[in-house]
Amino acid sequence: MTALDDPAWRLFEQRFGALRRARQTETLLTFAAIVLLFVAAAVWTDFLPDKVADGVPRIGEYFGKLFTIEPTRGAEPVGVLSLSHLFGGVKQPQSVAYWFYRIDVYVALLWQTIQMAILATALGFAAAFAVSFPATRSLVGSGAAVFVTRRCLELMRTVPQVVLAFILVWPFGIGPLAGILAIAIHTTGTLGKLFCELNENAERGPVDGIRATGGSWLAQMRLGVVPQVMPGFLSYALLRFEINVRSSTIIGFVGAGGIGQELKRVIGFNIYEEVSAIVILILLIVVAIDLASEQIRRRFIGAMA
Amino acid sequence: MLELVDISRRFGDKPAVAQASVTIAEGEMIGIIGRSGAGKSTLLRLINRLIDPSEGKILSGGTDVTALRGKQLRAWRARTAMIFQQFNLVNRLDVLTNVMCGRLYDIPAPRVLLKWFTAEERALAIRALDRLGLADVALNRADALSGGQQQRVAIARALMQQPKILLADEPIASLDPLNAKLVMDALADINRRDGITVLTNLHTLDTARFYCRRIIGMSAGRIVFDGAPEVLTEPVLREIYGQPGQDVLDERVTSTSLPAGALAALAS
Repeated sequence: MTALDDPAWRLFEQRFGALRRARQTETLLTFAAIVLLFVAAAVWTDFLPDKVADGVPRIGEYFGKLFTIEPTRGAEPVGVLSLSHLFGGVKQPQSVAYWFYRIDVYVALLWQTIQMAILATALGFAAAFAVSFPATRSLVGSGAAVFVTRRCLELMRTVPQVVLAFILVWPFGIGPLAGILAIAIHTTGTLGKLFCELNENAERGPVDGIRATGGSWLAQMRLGVVPQVMPGFLSYALLRFEINVRSSTIIGFVGAGGIGQELKRVIGFNIYEEVSAIVILILLIVVAIDLASEQIRRRFIGAMA
Repeated sequence: MLELVDISRRFGDKPAVAQASVTIAEGEMIGIIGRSGAGKSTLLRLINRLIDPSEGKILSGGTDVTALRGKQLRAWRARTAMIFQQFNLVNRLDVLTNVMCGRLYDIPAPRVLLKWFTAEERALAIRALDRLGLADVALNRADALSGGQQQRVAIARALMQQPKILLADEPIASLDPLNAKLVMDALADINRRDGITVLTNLHTLDTARFYCRRIIGMSAGRIVFDGAPEVLTEPVLREIYGQPGQDVLDERVTSTSLPAGALAALAS
């Protein structure tokens, strides 16, 4: 008798087969539903293959323009890609110095943008930290506190930052203050939700340990939960800081200060060189922040409690 | 004196503890035995008020413990210190801070938030650690310690509470025999020298017989035995552990203790 003739195997195979067929049907239906939704969304939003195909070859045009000059006004543009040209000095169109001739202004504005991001992240982190504990169902006895805090967090992250900034520019005037508040509010909403999830996943044992000693709810949170979740909190906060640097750029568009205001101006005037110079600077900053936060994570989070 | 009067606790429809009545005098060392799910842990958690009873009362020196709320409830929890099978230390905090957590019921909120302890609290914590032979690891992180050491840190935290009663929920179930002995010896020493009542759940019979002068047997949430280890005979054990028709229990099979000879060899 081979293993395949075993009656236990045959019984198992019967049940397993039925289970597998049920699962396959379910997977197939789910997949079909997703495809249907995708097609519907594509049709409604004009995301059609021919339109995409039309646009793709023209993506290069922007970059082409950056590396061509018109020798005289109205003449045929010619490509430039020689080192002597690139480092040709301020008067030479499309040289590095030509692109970045206003670097001092950009750097000052970028610094302002980063400061906005730092302040907004710090404010948002503090608020999200405080709110996340009463908003975590597994840590709170009363459902009312959870309901109220959760709805507040939702409200804070649902309103787009640009809209928030637009609203806040009214009472606080044009400038960074409105931008900082707008980003801080949004940061509170998103970080608060993420912190809740970390709290939810915190181990119950240490909290029980503190509770059993007679520690108050506050003590259970501070000494039972916070040491467990703090590394995760900081990790999310660093990620959020990176996002906020980009956000504070965009938010400048509605008059909330920083490099964004300048970016909006140069886009408005179609000054490709300056647009590119600013985007490259922002890219560099984001990369630098990413590298720095990696270091911070490694150095501090291991030792922190 | 601690009195449990007809205390019950249900989780949904399932009774975890059913009409348990026990009177415990000061300074006793009591072992609670029974199968998994017999309600041993629930009973201890009810006494510490980590969970509330569905029915019944817990009385201590005339006060109704089940009616305590807020600050008074926390003071009660502090007086009935608890240690757990999984130690329930805060892994990312150092050992000293973990032990000082034993005084949290008495520390005002601002100091809790700043994790700010006084020199006296530190001194008390070091004394408790030193008593359990762990003063030299006071600044290590709790999760850097072995299981046996962690359980002794948990005992130090319990001592820090200056409790009247020590509740131990399967304190040695996750430990090797040698560490199990260290922990049980520590509990016995606390019972004898400090006169603290010790109530401990145990999963091995011989440990209960060796350390406790009184044993409580639980089955399906009910207390089915309460007496000295000598009276814990075959039919009684069958009622506590067995199902009808099951073989006689051989205590040596489930024992995690080391024979006396092995301990002597390890010590030398």
